[in-house]
Amino acid sequence: MGLKIWVFAEADGDKPASATLELLTKAREIGETVEAVYVGANADALAGALGDYGASKVYAIDPGGRLPGVIGAAALAELLPANSPDIVLFAQSYDGRDAISLLSAKLDKPVLTNGFTIRLDGDKVIIGTQIFGGNTLVDAEFEGEAPYLAAIRPKSFAAEPGGGAPATVETVPTPDAGRAGEAKVLDHHVEEREGPKLEEAVVVVSGGRGLGSAENYGPLVDDLAKLLHGASGASRAIVDAGWVPYAKQVGQTGKTVKPKLYVAIGISGATQHMVGMKGSDNIIANNKDGEAPIYGIPDLGVVGDATKVVPKLIEALKARS
Amino acid sequence: MNVVVCVKQIPDPATPGKLNADSNTLERAGKLILDESDSFGVEMALQLVDKAGGGEVTLVSMAPNDEVSGLRTALAMGAAKAILVSDPALAGSDSLTTAKVIAKSVERAGDIDLVLTATESTDGYTGTIPGQVAGLLDWPALTFAKEVEIADGTVKIQRQTEAGYDVVEASLPAVVSVTAGVVEPRYPSFKGIMAAKNKPVDKVTAADLGLDASEVGWSGARQQIVSVEKAPERQAGEKIEDDGSAYEQIVAYLEKLKVI
Repeated sequence: MGLKIWVFAEADGDKPASATLELLTKAREIGETVEAVYVGANADALAGALGDYGASKVYAIDPGGRLPGVIGAAALAELLPANSPDIVLFAQSYDGRDAISLLSAKLDKPVLTNGFTIRLDGDKVIIGTQIFGGNTLVDAEFEGEAPYLAAIRPKSFAAEPGGGAPATVETVPTPDAGRAGEAKVLDHHVEEREGPKLEEAVVVVSGGRGLGSAENYGPLVDDLAKLLHGASGASRAIVDAGWVPYAKQVGQTGKTVKPKLYVAIGISGATQHMVGMKGSDNIIANNKDGEAPIYGIPDLGVVGDATKVVPKLIEALKARS
Repeated sequence: MNVVVCVKQIPDPATPGKLNADSNTLERAGKLILDESDSFGVEMALQLVDKAGGGEVTLVSMAPNDEVSGLRTALAMGAAKAILVSDPALAGSDSLTTAKVIAKSVERAGDIDLVLTATESTDGYTGTIPGQVAGLLDWPALTFAKEVEIADGTVKIQRQTEAGYDVVEASLPAVVSVTAGVVEPRYPSFKGIMAAKNKPVDKVTAADLGLDASEVGWSGARQQIVSVEKAPERQAGEKIEDDGSAYEQIVAYLEKLKVI
């Protein structure tokens, strides 16, 4: 009998998030029935794309001014017993992580997270993760009874439409999330972003300690990213130092990116960072220390002071445009 | 106001990590240090207690071999005391079991208003502990905070989102995970380091917390590692020294890729 797979769906504006489409594509490949659970507004607007990528049905829940992950966990806890999916997939995103961890506690079920592969071996469900900066691959299987709860890092699978009909929308009443539901969302604050999102950009330019100071991030990293129509990212070191926010972090404890081109400026290449970017098609690295670990992977390595190399590069690019 | 900060003691990330050959779990037998990710929670807790004008910061840590090195660092920063859960029966615990240990420790810590955690640890990085602990305690979970404010029995945070941040509020007690870089962790002073040596560390086992040995560690884990292998290595290409004109080669490379 084929597997029934549920995907905790998230939205990006009035479209499904790209991580959701990636999960649906994979779910379609390994499962027979694919359904989505979505907490948020405008489920009808999402139903077309969710269906196109593989979901036959979407359970839609109004968050009622609460956090989607919190309401999602409460809703799933109520929906799972009657519908018994074999696997529930979450994106390793802010809301996906809230949902899987709260649900894990509610159901007393273990989780596997940071997955980048899913495969079936007989009736075993096996999730692959990367450790030690991606130089070691670990496969783990679930034991015990389904449903199995797994969180998958965005960009692990390609999103491909399958041509399915729009998903049927089944509205589910907002559940009582207990004390967890006391967390109220008072306000959404949208920060202006020029250019593409970090995880979706064709070019990513990231900076690290080698920039010398927080003040150099804008004129070196942001400006170069802008000229290349890309997004700017960061190493953990400068996020920890408070130079840029956590949302910009590329790496094991940050985001995974797989752009056509990744430019690492002043980044030494701690394993923490490498796991988030070594899947890029092409990599340029610029660091003062020619022996830095980052030089083990780039297609073009430029040994030199970022504050000297990058301004010249920016000038040259500006002169062309 | 009384705050618990969950801290993990981990192998120094600067040294290459190893897997235990028998169990395929992270090798944690050597000296451990305070996970830098947790220094932000410790600093945040100290500042919040200071602002509230009273109360104390209690650390909770689960570690093998009665390890206290990392705890001493956080105590030297200013935390008042620690609960250390160390028990061979806990080896091999998955994240949910770890969360159960932490939740029980929070209950043991007494009258607690707030639990602070990092968003994930540096070594295991499962990233589910904050939500699991909140779920087990049945407290609100306010995650990915880049700013935390406490007033009149409520906690209000700026929660990191893809688009910016959300303002999220809940009544106390609550669990809050803080993102790296939110505050600047203080360096322990000499006085702090000396004082830390005499601060109380309450060493407990799983049984002390009311957890049965059969539901923790290897026996309690409901997942199993089936294979470990080396990832294919990426081949490095050309490497040049900047002589003032390296930018020209970068431009040429960008042209070749057709990104300009």
